[in-house]
Amino acid sequence: MSEPVPITINVNGRKRSAMVEPRLLLVHFLRESLNLTGTHVGCDTSQCGACTVLLDGSSAKSCTVFAVQADGSEVQTIEGLADGDELHPLQDGFWEEHGLQCGYCTPGMIMSAVNLLEENPAPSEAEIREGISGNLCRCTGYQHIVNAIQHAAERMAQS
Amino acid sequence: MIPTAFEYRRAGSVAEALSLLQEGGPEAKLLAGGHSLIPMMKQRLAEPGLLIDIGGLDELRGIQEDGGEIAIGAAVTHAEIAASDLLRDQAPIVAETAANIGDAQVRNRGTIGGSLAHADPGADLPAVMVALDATIALLGPNGERKVQAEDFFQDILTVDLAEDEIVTGVCFQACRSAAYAKLEQRASKFALVGVAAALSLDGGTCSSARVAVTGASSHAQRLSGVEGALAGASLPDGAGDAASGAGDALDFVNEDLHGSEEYRRAMTAVFARRAIEAAAGRG
Ligand SMILES: Cc1cc2nc3c(=O)[nH]c(=O)nc-3n(C[C@H](O)[C@H](O)[C@H](O)COP(=O)(O)OP(=O)(O)OC[C@H]3O[C@@H](n4cnc5c(N)ncnc54)[C@H](O)[C@@H]3O)c2cc1C
Ligand code: FES
Ligand code: FES
Repeated sequence: MSEPVPITINVNGRKRSAMVEPRLLLVHFLRESLNLTGTHVGCDTSQCGACTVLLDGSSAKSCTVFAVQADGSEVQTIEGLADGDELHPLQDGFWEEHGLQCGYCTPGMIMSAVNLLEENPAPSEAEIREGISGNLCRCTGYQHIVNAIQHAAERMAQS
Repeated sequence: MIPTAFEYRRAGSVAEALSLLQEGGPEAKLLAGGHSLIPMMKQRLAEPGLLIDIGGLDELRGIQEDGGEIAIGAAVTHAEIAASDLLRDQAPIVAETAANIGDAQVRNRGTIGGSLAHADPGADLPAVMVALDATIALLGPNGERKVQAEDFFQDILTVDLAEDEIVTGVCFQACRSAAYAKLEQRASKFALVGVAAALSLDGGTCSSARVAVTGASSHAQRLSGVEGALAGASLPDGAGDAASGAGDALDFVNEDLHGSEEYRRAMTAVFARRAIEAAAGRG
């Protein structure tokens, strides 16, 4: 075993310091050290996107980043999205448009959608589908997820 | 799975990364975006004892143009390449290819240097760099070395890069009349077959061409038969004829559950034609 090293990561606006083994993946740091279990693990091959978070503002698969790589960075997870009791427009969109069934893919899907709408506030349906192509859903067939993201984009454009 | 234990060092400069590589010897590996290496470490197909993180090094970042020559730093991400106005304007093939790598998350982390050094047989950028006749810049304990892309890629996951060398960047001449077309593996988007074509056009006639394939074979390589057939061809009409023998001419062709050898050979001709037509359309 290699020696634990100190890291400090700003997670959802709060500085979190810990001693971690270099091989600890960011997703395990979030889930197991910080108990932020909204970020899921759905595969072993970096393909499903269930673990997606924002790392310094851009979407990243937290199962394919070591926690030590994120030392000094900012991470936003699904838990950091709502403003108190007020849901983020994307969370609201998934609620209103029935964008989930089992919900396993949902946190990662929403974080990818946050990244997408940041870069492209008014995406076409094709651009939405491309934007979430790194996130797999085994339940919905994606149509309601696309609707949910469109709903959020419209709401965000109004406000 | 959990990777085997390793020591992690974040290099503060390219010089420090080089000396850490020397110290670490065969146990040491560079870590850029981690999107080829970490999946391999999770499968325990790679078990480095020391990871040297070069992902954040400013020295390896930036996209520049000088007198028609474009240089991209090794740690530039696929997302940065895809969004670069300079590349979209002066070498649209590079921006478009990067925009179709994997998915948004992969593009946000993965780097051009990592893609070229790793040389996955299905990676996209190697074929584009061979077609553009790019030069890959390497830095080692004995100084700098430059290698043409077509000589850099040697075999499956094998490139002309010593254990103590770093890829610092890549450079090529600006080129508008070039395009890349791929048949992608639907889950990962790696190329089952991908062809890059860069043409010199004189009106509707092709005076010379460089065409390279990835995905079909062990490593990115030129399709010299197609290049020969394109010289003097009138385009886009002559693209199909010029491309027709592309697949049959390959010495070795990959075969897996995504595509048989026969299928990949056939698709090499199809995607060569599409790449040539798209490049000619830019003429
Ligand atoms: C789900 C998924 C889908 C993908 N789809 C595609 C796709 O469609 N097309 C495609 O082309 N690729 C695809 N990739 C691969 C992706 O592009 C990788 O990011 C890229 O191949 C490696 O770049 P990296 O910066 O992540 O390298 P790393 O994983 O950090 O490193 C890879 C290797 O290169 C070495 N290395 C890295 N940088 C340097 C350097 N500067 N000098 C010397 N050696 C170096 C490392 O030591 C390591 O051996 C996909 C990856 C994933 C996980
Ligand atoms: S857990 Fe599947 S991509 Fe991260
Ligand atoms: S809602 Fe079940 S996996 Fe997407």
